[in-house]
Amino acid sequence: MFQTADMLRVFQAHRGDAIVVPGRGARHWAQISTRPNRDVPVGDPAMGGHAGFALGLALARPADRIVLFDSEGDLLMSLGILATVAELAPANFYHFMLDNECYATTGGQPVPNAKNVAYDVIARGAGYPRALAFDKLEDFEASLPSILAQPGPVFAALKVVPEVENVPIGQRVRWQTRTRDRVLADLRAELGVAR
Amino acid sequence: MAPTQDAQLSPQLVLDEMKKNGVTHVVWLPDSETNFLYQLMQADPSLQLVPVSREGLAFSIAAGLATGSQTPAILIQNTGLMESGDSLRGWAIGLQIPMVMMVGYRGWTRHGVNADSAATYTERFLNAFGITYYLVETSADAPRISIAFEEARRTQRPVAVLMADEYHGFNR
Repeated sequence: MFQTADMLRVFQAHRGDAIVVPGRGARHWAQISTRPNRDVPVGDPAMGGHAGFALGLALARPADRIVLFDSEGDLLMSLGILATVAELAPANFYHFMLDNECYATTGGQPVPNAKNVAYDVIARGAGYPRALAFDKLEDFEASLPSILAQPGPVFAALKVVPEVENVPIGQRVRWQTRTRDRVLADLRAELGVAR
Repeated sequence: MAPTQDAQLSPQLVLDEMKKNGVTHVVWLPDSETNFLYQLMQADPSLQLVPVSREGLAFSIAAGLATGSQTPAILIQNTGLMESGDSLRGWAIGLQIPMVMMVGYRGWTRHGVNADSAATYTERFLNAFGITYYLVETSADAPRISIAFEEARRTQRPVAVLMADEYHGFNR
């Protein structure tokens, strides 16, 4: 397992001009990213939807690389999205998934069969042409250039250290620096598209 | 009185309404009410079909498409709509995404007496979420689809079109 923030710092060096949907990694990514107008930290509109949202963006913007940092809790809620991605096979879609083996934002309860799910195998079985898994940061760092150098869709499961939150939601310190409306408006302005 | 051929809803008219309103992607899951559109949509190179395996997935996909400046429409059944409540709330209403949902109205009957609870709760569900809806039963109703698209654009919200054609029209 490795720290999400460390992994994101590794990714930042290779980010280029990718549009990043940071998902559950958004709290750290907000401090690491140098191109916030190409980031889409929409928070958690409804659990299980990050991959669908990023897929929609990838289909809408085929000339842009779309990088998603999904989570295993989200993906378990919507495993069928893997088959949809695989069928449409957007070459600009890079699907990374943070696997901390628990629901960290609700107190750290384990996800179903937390330690034994092979998400890369599921993704490959759903039809992703490339699916990988990493539990050591140095291995991820060594592979990342080749992951990004080849066309998507690609899936990579990343074992990360849980960052469990037990503070009631209403008392948590906000990490967001922009509202959702602002995030989407900034992205549209960056891409030069109208609402 | 038995329904006549005049009561049918032309799938071509429905497709024409979608194209008139600039739809680029149809995010859909098959159902018996809207199945009539499938072959027409497949044959149309201006539309990309995005198949999902659970209706809730449609809302986040459509939100991503709209954020990227495309015009998605969602094509699902009322049963799946009800299962999608949180996705509708968060990804469509919450992100203020203009989108039209073409919803197969399973169980709907014109006389209002039905034996299918899917129909019983459909409009109650939409009302609970504050979603405006338009009933499309026959070809004469097809212009209501454009009204729905106009409202979605103007309000930046999802709007539903209830496709009530199961028992007396094309799928009879």
